[in-house]
Amino acid sequence: MKSSLYGFLFAMWILILLGGGIMVTLLGPFSIQQFGDFNWILASGIKVLIALVLVTIWILILLKLKNWMFKKEIKF
Amino acid sequence: MTELILPAVISCIVAFVVVFAMTPPLIKFLEKRNMAVKDMNKKENVMVVRPGGISIIVGIVMSELVLYAFLQLNEILAMLITTTAAFVIGYIDDRKVMGGWFKPVALALAAIPIIALGAYDTDLAFPLFGTVQIPVLYLALIIFMIPITGNTINSIDVLNVVASGFMVIASFSLSICLFIMQNYEIAIVSLPLGFVSLAFYKYHKIPSRIFPGDSGALTLGAMYGSIAIIGGVEIIAAIALLPAVINSFLFLSSVKKIVEHRQIKGKPVEHTNDFRLKATTDKSAPITLVRLILAGGPLSEKQVGFAIFKLTIFSGILAIITAFLMDVIL
Repeated sequence: MKSSLYGFLFAMWILILLGGGIMVTLLGPFSIQQFGDFNWILASGIKVLIALVLVTIWILILLKLKNWMFKKEIKF
Repeated sequence: MTELILPAVISCIVAFVVVFAMTPPLIKFLEKRNMAVKDMNKKENVMVVRPGGISIIVGIVMSELVLYAFLQLNEILAMLITTTAAFVIGYIDDRKVMGGWFKPVALALAAIPIIALGAYDTDLAFPLFGTVQIPVLYLALIIFMIPITGNTINSIDVLNVVASGFMVIASFSLSICLFIMQNYEIAIVSLPLGFVSLAFYKYHKIPSRIFPGDSGALTLGAMYGSIAIIGGVEIIAAIALLPAVINSFLFLSSVKKIVEHRQIKGKPVEHTNDFRLKATTDKSAPITLVRLILAGGPLSEKQVGFAIFKLTIFSGILAIITAFLMDVIL
């Protein structure tokens, strides 16, 4: 049991590093130019949307990972 | 850097001594007022007083005021107000049973001083890939961070010794990371959290003489979250906190809604005849970190506590590696 918990912790760490990379790559250079004063609001809104999608994907991957790693233990 | 040594040493001594000296009279005071709950993991009918959050918040406020006198940082004020607000929220929950949504919503409001005093940077730093500027999204992150860290520490406070021991390891890991990243001022601001937890550990270790209560757990969690924000180490702080995050994640993914533990009918853990802890097979009970640790077989309360501490040391090491990786850009 304990080794799978350490494995899950390590997997979460890797997912955080990879997720951060995707976030910087996608959101970092993102900008909107053609809407004047509304540029930053629109850009922020879209960034929020992308971030929410990324977090949802991250949680779904984690759920799959949890079910796979703890399938022996979670018989409850 | 050298001018910071004196305030650091004084504030750490104040943090440790205040909690260490104040907790025994607090225990007597709470005993007189009969503010005690049954220790569910003891064979005998043992009553333990709470909330120990009172001595924790006094230790934090006094040590941080010492630091404020030396450093005059807005960040200290913001962190102090948010942490004190979290204590009040926890104290209300200690005295009166509140609904499942009370703590998350109230803690989100407690994060407002950090925004109002501008004690944050909108750049979110990631290891290996650099930073991303997210002005609006970062405000949402602040609002979510305090309820998450507060409730995460609260949800791991299920056995004697765990919450205080966990915070000792996680907060010192975070301080080391801040030193590695040469954010010396905030590193020093973070040190009292570890020393307050260490002093409280003395009375919280098995067999506990006092429980931190919601006021103690939320105070520790909110201060941890505030430091993560004012220090710009949100990702590292989350990594150091991973065992508690896993606990909350497992709980929420099995229960599928935000509820108080007391509202859950199924028991994740039961006792053997010799009063060791054992995972149940109850399908309606939530999956928790303790239940997973016990899936391999019954263990004593102390053994479960040390299993959690080992996981926390592991995540602390991952946090320190991450701090070193912050300077590496692919």
